[in-house]
Amino acid sequence: MKRAPTHSYPGLNLGRRHASADQAAEVVTFGFWVFLMSDLVYFGLMFAIYITMIDAQAGGPGPHELFDLYSIFAQTLILLTSSLTVGLAMLALKYNLPRWRIVFWFCVTLVLGLCFLVLEIRDFMAMAEQGGIPQRSGFLSAFYGLVPLHGLHVAAGCVWLIVLGIQLRMFGLTDLLMSRVVRLALFWHFLDLIWIGIITIVYFGGLTYG
Amino acid sequence: MTDTGFFGRLNWDAFPITGLIQNPNANEIVANSAAAIVIIGVIVVVGSLTWFRLWGPLWRDWLTSADHKKIGIMYIVFAIVMLARGVLEGVVMRAQQAVGPGDGFLAAEHFAELFSTHGTIMVFFVAVPFVFGIANYLIPLMIGARDVAFPVMNQISLGLTVSAGMMLMVSLVVGNFSTGGWTAYPPYTGAAFNPGVGPDYWIWAIVVSGIGTTLTGINFAVTIYKLRAPGMKFMRLPMYCWTIISSSILIIFAMPPLGVAALMLAADRYLDFHFFTNDLGGNMMNYANLFWLFGHPEVYLLVLPAYGIYSEVFATFSAKRLYGYNSLVIATMCIAVLSFTVWLHHFFTMGQSALINAVFGIATMLIAIPTGVKAYDWMATLYRGRIRFSVPMLYGLSFLMLFVIGGLSGVILANPTVDYQVHNTLFLVAHFHNVLLPGVLFGLLAGYNYWFPKAFGFRLNEYWGRITVALWTVGFMLTFLPLYFVGLMGMPRRSFSWEDPSFHPYMIVAVIGALVILSALLSVIVQLWVSIRDREKTRVPVGDPWDARTLEWSIPSPPPPYNFAVIPRVTDRDNFAAAKERGEAYPTPEEYEDISMPRNTGIGFTLCVLSGVWMFALVWWIWWLAVLVTALMLLSFILWTFRLDTEQVIPAEEVRKQHEAWLDLVRSATPVDRDHEIAPENRGLARPDLEAVT
Repeated sequence: MKRAPTHSYPGLNLGRRHASADQAAEVVTFGFWVFLMSDLVYFGLMFAIYITMIDAQAGGPGPHELFDLYSIFAQTLILLTSSLTVGLAMLALKYNLPRWRIVFWFCVTLVLGLCFLVLEIRDFMAMAEQGGIPQRSGFLSAFYGLVPLHGLHVAAGCVWLIVLGIQLRMFGLTDLLMSRVVRLALFWHFLDLIWIGIITIVYFGGLTYG
Repeated sequence: MTDTGFFGRLNWDAFPITGLIQNPNANEIVANSAAAIVIIGVIVVVGSLTWFRLWGPLWRDWLTSADHKKIGIMYIVFAIVMLARGVLEGVVMRAQQAVGPGDGFLAAEHFAELFSTHGTIMVFFVAVPFVFGIANYLIPLMIGARDVAFPVMNQISLGLTVSAGMMLMVSLVVGNFSTGGWTAYPPYTGAAFNPGVGPDYWIWAIVVSGIGTTLTGINFAVTIYKLRAPGMKFMRLPMYCWTIISSSILIIFAMPPLGVAALMLAADRYLDFHFFTNDLGGNMMNYANLFWLFGHPEVYLLVLPAYGIYSEVFATFSAKRLYGYNSLVIATMCIAVLSFTVWLHHFFTMGQSALINAVFGIATMLIAIPTGVKAYDWMATLYRGRIRFSVPMLYGLSFLMLFVIGGLSGVILANPTVDYQVHNTLFLVAHFHNVLLPGVLFGLLAGYNYWFPKAFGFRLNEYWGRITVALWTVGFMLTFLPLYFVGLMGMPRRSFSWEDPSFHPYMIVAVIGALVILSALLSVIVQLWVSIRDREKTRVPVGDPWDARTLEWSIPSPPPPYNFAVIPRVTDRDNFAAAKERGEAYPTPEEYEDISMPRNTGIGFTLCVLSGVWMFALVWWIWWLAVLVTALMLLSFILWTFRLDTEQVIPAEEVRKQHEAWLDLVRSATPVDRDHEIAPENRGLARPDLEAVT
């Protein structure tokens, strides 16, 4: 616990005399990586279930009737851009820019995240109009078990952005809040990673093999 | 599902007393007695807390504490309470089958509930919390840390595990538990075949405790990776810590499949999804694969920590270094990896090709190799050791002999052609009890006897301890070895009635064994009672009653809240034993520092209560309550994150005062040798033994 760190935690400005703070940030961030790893197993299993159930359409609508690639393209652009804006918040933290810069990029990310969710819900509603509801078939159950799970994570990320934004306004850049910014950024990039899996396997894979 | 009232589908029929009034018979009496025990238990606990005015101390010192030692003890208390229920259920089941050919005294549904709750409780609410309790207590002490990496998350894990366990208690009083076994296979547990509340109790208890377990796994892994004392390299870790690392890895990767499977089953039942239904493309094989993708690593995440305990016990009570440390580390990690490659052996008969069955059968047999390495390493540790037959050692010896039998019957079952003959018979029941009792339970009880003086400052009664070991061992053998025979004779597991009279003698022996196990459980309680009564004669404030080898014995018993007044520098494996050999065991620190420790917080308890209400609301379809409690849980968690001053500082001066008082005690204590280990003069200072064998 008291091992002197050889260098400060990358990307955080915890300062020279904050050896223990760097140590704490490292422990917490490593823990968060492990959590993400466990969460990734959740998604991996849902991907596996989707793949095994891609043919279980039971005469209901399949990928060709339901998927709208234009909307998916828009969602992808929005989500990838939001990853950029979270990255800009991290750079603002790294280069000691004023605190409002971090909060500003948080706000942009939040707006993009909400846009993504609106588009996704529109997609689900359009699918439901064509009979694409989870109660219709095993395939649709698997779809609705996976894609909205990602959406739920995005929604949780949005709540986190709001809460952390408020905390940054209230308390300033304390060591603890800086390490929370790092974890939020990790989480947000993780959502992007999952989304890449979703467009590849759920949408492209579904259209190719479904 | 939509036409539900203010209390959802909850009404008077849900309470067992209604059944007793309408139809008084033995079955209803058993059900009502169980409900009565729960209610009386709650009344007694609440009453005595009020009578002795203990609510304040309970709240301040325990429920809000983020101290890993207190959380560990609470885990163990919870596990022992649940163990009592699990054992009682086992006795009732054995009694039912011992009545003789015919239907016995229980209804079929009731018997099915019993084996479902027995399995669920023993795995998720006895073995898991007992393992976590001991690990919680020990890990920071063994690696030279002041707490786990995430003390508050630790508290939340405990809260979630306890609230999920309480759901099983509630199911005795309100409604019924699942009849689908601890594995809850759909479509039987789906809404079409099982519209009642039973499977819902199972689902939410599993989901909530699963979240708690995952968080604990993350916590332990990060603690061991990141908080080791200076010099505590990986290959200097006590063997027990290695087994906890492997268990944590298993938890992190194996709990998600269980959560996914249970939540998908919930989606099927609540939202009419078609993951595992018979119609519209559902596929129950996905459930079987997901469940056992969790289920097999689960048995290793339980037994590996027990292996770790045995490793410490064999080394200490043989007064020797653990033999083959490196090979034990490698074997542990091999088992952890292999445990992910064998899940299919739980359903050889469910229609895979012969090739796939063969692959998984061979993978299963491979696990016997690292396990065999371990058994030989332990025996080599005993070889030429100066062995003391203390209680933990007796558990260990009982384990060595019985566990090997259980392991070999596992190798037999790993052969798919044999498995086709004996699957779903009592042979399987005998096998897994044969590994779980001598393996996990005896290990945990050995650990309980071994580390009890560390936690509470006095030793457990040796005489009653030995009686307990004998009762567990004999009870286990009488109960479960006959089941191998009836299993081979073809008696199916989980049958509430049977017809073949040749089973009867075995069933009689098994029920006698079950009563011996019940008396073993009582003996555990008597041992604790006698030990508390005689505690003044067995105090070990210096902290090292067994002449043990690892860091946790180098500090006072019970340890101060901050564990180590000064974080030790580790130079050896078995650092404390090496320090004792050099005569440098109790150094006087040059300077003390302020120590910051986590403050108390109520978040764990809040989430415990709220998640309990949440599960109850979901089980009984009380939607408004479920929504309300979800919002409250989110809100209380978010509000908690606004509290930034989570640490309190213990000033260096206070640490110095306490530590120097203890060092004075060390200097004034008389060292005792191993022949007087259980005598009153053993105050916890060990005299260097004869030439230490290495």
